[in-house]
Amino acid sequence: MGTTKKYWKGLEELNNDPAFVQAQQNEFAEYVPVEKFLENDSLKDTSTSRRDFLKLFGFSITAATLAACEAPVNKAIPYVMKPEEITPGVANWYASTYFDGNDYCSILVKTREGRPIKIEGNEMSPITRGGVSARIHASVLSLYDTGRITGPYANKAPSTWETVDKEIGAKLSAAVAKGGSIRILSSTIISPSTKQVIADFISKYPNTKHVTYDAVSYAGIIKANAQSFDKAVLPSYSFDKAKVIVSVGADFLGSWLSPIEFTKQYSKTRKLSREKKEMSKHYQFESILSLTGSNADKRFAVKPSQYGTVVVNLYNAVAKLTGGSAVASGALPIDAQIEKVAKALVDHKGRSLVVCGANDIATQVVVNSINTLLGNYGKTVDVETPSYTKQGNDEQFISLVNEMKEGKVGALITYNANPSYTSPAGLGFNEAYAKVGLKVSFADRLDETAMNADYVCPDHHYLESWNDANPKAGHYSLTQPTISPLFAKPRNEGTRCAQETLLKWAGNESDFHSYIQKYWSSHVFPMQGKYMTFGDFWNHSLHNGVVEVGSGEDAKMAMGQDSSNVNASAKPEVAHKTTTVGGGGMFAQEVEVEVKEPKLSVAEAAQSISKSAKAGNIELVLYEKTGMGNGNQANNPWLQEFPDPVSKVTWDNYITMNPEDMKDKYHTLARYNQMEMKADTANVTVGGVTVELPVFPQPGQARGTIGIALGYGRTGAGMVADGVGKNVFTLAQVVNGTIQYTVSDVTVSDKTGNEHQMACTQTHHTMMGRSIVKETDLTTYSTQPVDVWNEKLLVTLGDKHVPASQSNLWADHDKPGHRWGMSIDLNACIGCGACVVSCNAENNVPVVGKEEVRRSREMHWIRIDRYYSSDMTVEKADAEGKGVVDKYLEMENPTTENPQVFFQPVMCQHCNHAPCETVCPVLATNHSSDGLNQMTYNRCVGTRYCANNCPYKVRRFNWFNYIENDKFAEVNPSQNDLGRMVLNPDVVVRSRGVMEKCSMCVQRIQEGKLNAKKAMKKLEDGAIQTACSKSCPADAITFGDLNNVESLVAKEVEDERTYYLLEEVGVKPSISYLTKVRNLDAEDIVMHEEHKPHHGGEEHKEEHKEEHKKEEAHS
Amino acid sequence: MHQESAIREPLILGDNVTYHQITEDIARPIEGKANKWWYLVFGIAMAAFLWGFACICYFIGTGIGAWGANKTVGWAWDITNFVWWIGIGHAGTLISAVLLLFRQKWRMAINRSAEAMTIFAVMCAAMFVVMHTGRPWLDYWLFPLPNQFGSLWTNFNSPLLWDVFAVSTYFSVSLIFWYMGLIPDFATIRDRAKKPLAQKIYKILSFGWSGRARDWSRFEEVSLVLAGLSTPLVFSVHSIVSMDFATSIVPGWHTTIFPPYFVAGAIFSGFAMVLTLLIICRKVLGLENYITIKHIEYMNIVIIVTGSLVGVAYLTELFIAYYSGVMYEQYAFLNRATGPYWWSYWGMMTCNVISPQLFWFKKIRTSIIATFILSIVVNIGMWFERFVIIVTSLHRDFLPSSWTMYSPTFIEIGFFIGTIGFFFVCFLLFARVFPVIAQSELKMIVKSSSEKHRKINKQNQHH
Repeated sequence: MGTTKKYWKGLEELNNDPAFVQAQQNEFAEYVPVEKFLENDSLKDTSTSRRDFLKLFGFSITAATLAACEAPVNKAIPYVMKPEEITPGVANWYASTYFDGNDYCSILVKTREGRPIKIEGNEMSPITRGGVSARIHASVLSLYDTGRITGPYANKAPSTWETVDKEIGAKLSAAVAKGGSIRILSSTIISPSTKQVIADFISKYPNTKHVTYDAVSYAGIIKANAQSFDKAVLPSYSFDKAKVIVSVGADFLGSWLSPIEFTKQYSKTRKLSREKKEMSKHYQFESILSLTGSNADKRFAVKPSQYGTVVVNLYNAVAKLTGGSAVASGALPIDAQIEKVAKALVDHKGRSLVVCGANDIATQVVVNSINTLLGNYGKTVDVETPSYTKQGNDEQFISLVNEMKEGKVGALITYNANPSYTSPAGLGFNEAYAKVGLKVSFADRLDETAMNADYVCPDHHYLESWNDANPKAGHYSLTQPTISPLFAKPRNEGTRCAQETLLKWAGNESDFHSYIQKYWSSHVFPMQGKYMTFGDFWNHSLHNGVVEVGSGEDAKMAMGQDSSNVNASAKPEVAHKTTTVGGGGMFAQEVEVEVKEPKLSVAEAAQSISKSAKAGNIELVLYEKTGMGNGNQANNPWLQEFPDPVSKVTWDNYITMNPEDMKDKYHTLARYNQMEMKADTANVTVGGVTVELPVFPQPGQARGTIGIALGYGRTGAGMVADGVGKNVFTLAQVVNGTIQYTVSDVTVSDKTGNEHQMACTQTHHTMMGRSIVKETDLTTYSTQPVDVWNEKLLVTLGDKHVPASQSNLWADHDKPGHRWGMSIDLNACIGCGACVVSCNAENNVPVVGKEEVRRSREMHWIRIDRYYSSDMTVEKADAEGKGVVDKYLEMENPTTENPQVFFQPVMCQHCNHAPCETVCPVLATNHSSDGLNQMTYNRCVGTRYCANNCPYKVRRFNWFNYIENDKFAEVNPSQNDLGRMVLNPDVVVRSRGVMEKCSMCVQRIQEGKLNAKKAMKKLEDGAIQTACSKSCPADAITFGDLNNVESLVAKEVEDERTYYLLEEVGVKPSISYLTKVRNLDAEDIVMHEEHKPHHGGEEHKEEHKEEHKKEEAHS
Repeated sequence: MHQESAIREPLILGDNVTYHQITEDIARPIEGKANKWWYLVFGIAMAAFLWGFACICYFIGTGIGAWGANKTVGWAWDITNFVWWIGIGHAGTLISAVLLLFRQKWRMAINRSAEAMTIFAVMCAAMFVVMHTGRPWLDYWLFPLPNQFGSLWTNFNSPLLWDVFAVSTYFSVSLIFWYMGLIPDFATIRDRAKKPLAQKIYKILSFGWSGRARDWSRFEEVSLVLAGLSTPLVFSVHSIVSMDFATSIVPGWHTTIFPPYFVAGAIFSGFAMVLTLLIICRKVLGLENYITIKHIEYMNIVIIVTGSLVGVAYLTELFIAYYSGVMYEQYAFLNRATGPYWWSYWGMMTCNVISPQLFWFKKIRTSIIATFILSIVVNIGMWFERFVIIVTSLHRDFLPSSWTMYSPTFIEIGFFIGTIGFFFVCFLLFARVFPVIAQSELKMIVKSSSEKHRKINKQNQHH
């Protein structure tokens, strides 16, 4: 272009010889004899007439025109420069870390064409071991949240970083000059680099103090450990090593401390097989029916004011058995039971675990003493490897608020904390906040705190940012960006990494990525000995997402180094006194555990407990829901529509109350209409704060108590969350320097006269005498023949009884290659619902909103059925001679006092004789050769006949066009371009009028098969995982090829606990379930056994079969 | 001429019945002007139809989520109303075909309007079945179309497909049969018409009928052939509709008794609807001489028989549920009677089983008012029957976790009202432009079965 060089085709051109010049002017290099050709007479004999020519001409034009008329015109914009690592259609996976100040999880992020679309667990993490919870699955959608702000705000108006940086810099200097103090208020920070950033900031502004405060505080445990062991830390717990687990008010599977980690551990002790016929025994004392309580083998409903007494009485009972001395305590009606619990604990010294959810120092001190008596330290409880995920210090927070009230705080920077929303009303944070000179928030949206801040400097979403984490001593992990910041606009707007912002204000212009690298090279790299160069170490750490810096000596050294995470209130020098714990018993082992003489003796603690334990008329428990948590992701529609595992309510918080209490105490509330999902509201008043919420009857709720979930009632979180439920953080109380989530006396008034519409996904709560979840107890399971506890279904064929598996109404489908199937272990499943959200994300399941859930139109492809036991059983009704109508009416009512709870994940059962397939008039649902029941969406006309004929009711119909109908604009993320980015491009978004259902993640099956084919290998078992089986933190779902006898699923199906749901219908499902086994006490089994035939042993097997048959005929 | 026993009650009343008089009586509503009552009723029906049409437009535009059905109750008012209308459409063909084969002369006064009712009722039913799908614009996929429409074929195992064939066949045969009968009557009106436009229209409608013996002989032959064709259809249509339920595995649907039970129920409701309409018609159009108390009584007798059949079927279902020992089946029936929808079950029992038994009393079955009221009661009962079968079976089936409740929205209520409006609009128009009684057929029995000729015959015998 710019060049003036000239090239010649040859010497002729250069020389410009005349022959060449002439030749160049000829169009054709050679002479073409056109005239001669036309003169050829034979041409006249050809049959191509003018008509033929016109025909061809017309056809060509028409064809060309038609070919150009393709509609709709889809524009695919190719990469101008294709990034090396992105191949369209192929997913990239990145290891990363999730930590939002509450939940820690090591994760893998799936990106497609540069967009993160799915979170999976990182199996390399020794802490979470590949488990993910519902909240973390949902966090990918929070990235594409329209509620996020797209740039900094100054004085409630959009601004630019330049202005903000300048103004804040000036104001900070002014504040320092005036002698005002600067405070950074954050939730727990487990990132050592971030702590370093804060340290840098403090060195620039020495008047700065960093205050850590958690929305839901665990300060009580930390302080109690400071009391007991002089270590202000949270210990690590090993539920997997515990044979007996006692939890007092700790929902460790749902919300307490580290539920993913604990679920992984817990499910290990609950899994059974032919080889392993023993499991842990789990006792739960609690007020609300928590997820953990619903999984307990034995549960005691106690008031929250009794938690302390339960713990002290348990201590006394354990002390009695181990030769310790008792302390003064009050009596409880369940003392006899507590003694049995103590017996079980002492029988498993060193293999037991007692945990307590109370945020009360005295109670936790007694719990520590129990674990000490049981010799659990160093075995199931580990203070040597403390967990850093909860560092909130209530005292510091309270004194900060006081400082603010006095006007002593010149500047307050809030990072990853929303105290205006999460602090108790009694603290008066909001009034105090107004008195702060400079208010800066790093919130990603104009939330409750940021709304009143002078400056909002939005942080990146965690999927857009670099970070590191030190969740536990010796454990490090990295967070890496999986997408460039969505709101990085030109002209100095967009979001900015909070750490970089802080560094900038501290005068350091470095980016956080290199900052972390620098920190790691000087702090983390030296702690390990595996990699020689830092580059090597960094790349491996980033690839794996997690690093464990040695064990034993290495870990000790590491611990010494990451002291940044040890709470400031701990005394650095500890006078260690080595004692021997767990003496006497046969399991006792001498383990060196550093135990300091407790400053608060057990007797003193017990005294403090009995002093503060005031029983109230109605006591209140504030709890975190498994889906909603502390509400920081409240604007996530997947979580709002996620049914609570226990109550099955979506889109709301509510007052849980025992149905008997509703009847006895509040007559108007008893009108709760289960089927219409209409509840009356009540006013709950605590210390002048009144909250009006609907009352939901919750079986198992301790009498005289109510429970309300935290995390609702957001303002400013976004259009999904705002106005859903009520905020009850305000009801929390500050007692003895810690924030208490139980209130011993509240006023409940049912005189509101208002009605509230609830949206539950399940309105019937019992199995109605049907064997839907099969269940037995451990003793029966391990000692009796299989026919006793998992009776095979017999059907009459001709004149013989044969197992149902042998009768076949239809010819079997041919399954020459693979035959996909699943086995679901009902003993391992804890009902947490992580699979539900995982499936939402994987399969683009639409969100339909509260109104549609109320109309029973939720679209979840997998649901977790939750049943309660009922006081009325078929056997009992027969014995009492109850009429059939009364019998069924009473069976509909769950046991109110302390029901047994059953969880059962149900998705499409991929029946081999699928009733949906035969009835579809257009063959839109049919059977694949590898055993899948598949939907052809674009063939579906929408008769809904298949849904009617499905005995499992797993088919979901697109009643509306959820992604375009304005009715769903507020709830369905796919309604806007931002939210649509989360859609999985491998799964079609269904149009209205079409039936959909679980496809067994057919896109993953196809991908796995193709990968094996490309690698010229046989498909390995486990290479394909469905979204639900992969996500299950309890490993309850096993997916695989049933035709492969070596596969895990084929082996599980052979297990004697296997049964099929509704086998009697004869649809031959591909999903099988493993019978639930409860580890019941002997006396409970006796009760249980009354309704079973007496059985001796193997030799009487035949006889029992006969008896069972007779029973069956009677029932 | 075929002579009838003198003790038989005459089928045509009045002392002055002549061939001409019949023509005059039946042509009167067509040639004269409608009174204000006709306009009033037509206005109401038209308003209802338009309201329904608006509702249809709304849910076609937004999706059938505008109805109340849900994940568990996939069919509700849509299929209830479909089966109800199809049931109503049963009497017409039964009267015209089966009774023709049995040479029941009393059918002649009522068959024309009964057949019209059949046609309109099937059209209403078709509206539900066409529009109950999620994507009604693709309903044509239910036909086994040639491969140009795609390589997928329909599923011949599906009862819904059988429905498509059964209903469309029934509709087309009924329509042809009805039209066949109308041809000579159209010719009569054509011959009487004075306005050129009317002449032209009726000329086209009457297919050039000349009234020659050959025309009559062909007319008779085709009628007989079509009657033979329609007779099995009377039984097939509702049997096949019942198979939508009977072949499924839903407790309360999976019942082999359904085909005969549905046919009996259909005739039951069809006759009730014919009664409702004819009682109004004879009064408004002044046809008391042709549609007599005797006709009403005959039809009431059919109602007693079919109503009792239906009652026996209900009890059989209950017994079989008990006797089968199948837990789900037992609960389904217990739930019908005592569950949250008990009122629909007991409504059905009262209206369908108890109320028709009142017709055992001659006084009641010959009372026009009582018949009119009971005919409506029976149709309400039959609506409840379909509601009970569809909604109460579905709302509590195998897994209690999915049990739900169902309540209709005003959109689907509007849709139902709209079809009722459509039905009456059609019927009222029919009564104004078509001969509502098959006059040519009626004239065949004037000599044998009219009151006047009875008297003449009697006098002749005395002489």
